[in-house]
Amino acid sequence: MSVPKDAGWKDVPKAGRILEPGCAAKYETGGWRTYRPVHVPENCINCLLCWVYCPDMSIQVENGRFKGIDYRYCKGCGVCAQVCPGKRGNKALMMLLDEEAQGAEGDTK
Amino acid sequence: MSIRVAKTGNEAVAEGMRQINPDVVAAYPITPQTEIVQIFSSFVANGKVDTEFVTVESEHSAMSATVGASSAGARAMTATSANGLALMWEIVYIAASMRLPIVMPVVNRALSGPINIHCDHSDTMGARDAGWVQIFSENAQEAYDNLLQAVRIAEDKNVLLPVMVTMDGFIISHAMEVMHLLEDEKVRKWVGEYVPENPLLDVDNPVTVGPLDLYDWNMEHKRQQAEAMIQAKPVILEVAKDYAKLSGREYGLFEEYMLDDAEIAIVVLGSTAGTAKEVVKALRADGVKAGLLKVRVFRPFPAREIAAALGGKKAIAVMDRSDSFNAVSGPVFAEVRSAMYGVENAPKIVDYIYGIGGRDVTMDHIKSVYDDLAKIVKTGQVERALTYLGIRE
Ligand code: SF4
Ligand code: SF4
Repeated sequence: MSVPKDAGWKDVPKAGRILEPGCAAKYETGGWRTYRPVHVPENCINCLLCWVYCPDMSIQVENGRFKGIDYRYCKGCGVCAQVCPGKRGNKALMMLLDEEAQGAEGDTK
Repeated sequence: MSIRVAKTGNEAVAEGMRQINPDVVAAYPITPQTEIVQIFSSFVANGKVDTEFVTVESEHSAMSATVGASSAGARAMTATSANGLALMWEIVYIAASMRLPIVMPVVNRALSGPINIHCDHSDTMGARDAGWVQIFSENAQEAYDNLLQAVRIAEDKNVLLPVMVTMDGFIISHAMEVMHLLEDEKVRKWVGEYVPENPLLDVDNPVTVGPLDLYDWNMEHKRQQAEAMIQAKPVILEVAKDYAKLSGREYGLFEEYMLDDAEIAIVVLGSTAGTAKEVVKALRADGVKAGLLKVRVFRPFPAREIAAALGGKKAIAVMDRSDSFNAVSGPVFAEVRSAMYGVENAPKIVDYIYGIGGRDVTMDHIKSVYDDLAKIVKTGQVERALTYLGIRE
């Protein structure tokens, strides 16, 4: 439930209860990020370990293949890059400083 | 018709719980727990209730499980005492801030140490700012009556706060007295069915309870909690009125005993009120205009009502069965004197800390308090604002 800007203490649900399911989707936490994972397609073997491990739901998959990263929610924790096996020792996910990586390949948002 | 029985306070409250037939009771069945849950567990074992009885590994877990059950939508209860309440502390606050109408009998006993298991109010008084409604009882009958009323108070839509119903350890909890139980069916009907507000088990309406609530909204939620406590006052009176129809026994926020025309009076909570009433009777027989005010509801504190009842008296003694260690007074005194501030012709008010760790309080002790008050009226002087009653100097 979105709370109107001018809401007061009488207007909000008791005890901070959240009465609407799935509303975390409305809270874009990507702004917390310092580093962002950047995808290197030539090293990707589509094992989808990144998708399994991402603590949010930021790794997007289509037809059983890596599709991209939803940066609206990616907090830059680096777990995906850590678990990524890549190809012959070359990882398919690199963590780059966010401001330097804007527009890099794999940036879907 | 009600049923005349001889019961200890523990038994009376356990019987009340049996009649309420809560969905869940979670308890840690060993000291500092009381006989209440032990007796209740035998009702569970004998199929006298439908309650899910959860034995947990500590009082902290007892309150946690009760909070979980209540959040799920159950009518949930537990009972505790003294250090057990202290161990629950963290979750006691959470129960109130999550607005869960949990009812918990508390047998008032000293917080250790040095190790002590006897009656005083330091356990409940320590929890006075936890956001629970607190109702004190003078005897087993009142503990039973207060317990039944507590369910309706807690679950009232304008309140939705947990309620502690207290009784003095050993003096009430273990002493047998004649009292009246109501019939099971009558109680069940009067208590009614619990309709939870946002139960977790309502899968068609999923909710998140107890989420992170930082500086953006936490203060507003605390303001709601404060409002619930303000609203609890009229609800307590309404419930009492309805209970009087059922039982014939009347309750208010406090009881006034020969207070109307009294010049000197004491303010007291719990079983000592019974002793003090005898003293008042004796003093009245001697022509002394003595009276008594017994606080039943300590949270919400009936400040305005008490100020009105005590205004115009000449001298008041507040009886505190616990110490705040604030070098000024016990907790009840702090509330009463604060309530009297700005009242025209406010009486002189003094504090007595008494009965700590189960120290016996006799009629002679209480008489000495009234004698002190009479002296204050006569001389117009307060010699001691705070007295440790019966202390060995
Ligand atoms: S950095 Fe963390 S949050 Fe972002 S996609 Fe990788 S695992 Fe998910
Ligand atoms: S873990 Fe690495 S290799 Fe596997 S799908 Fe994700 S990016 Fe590709």
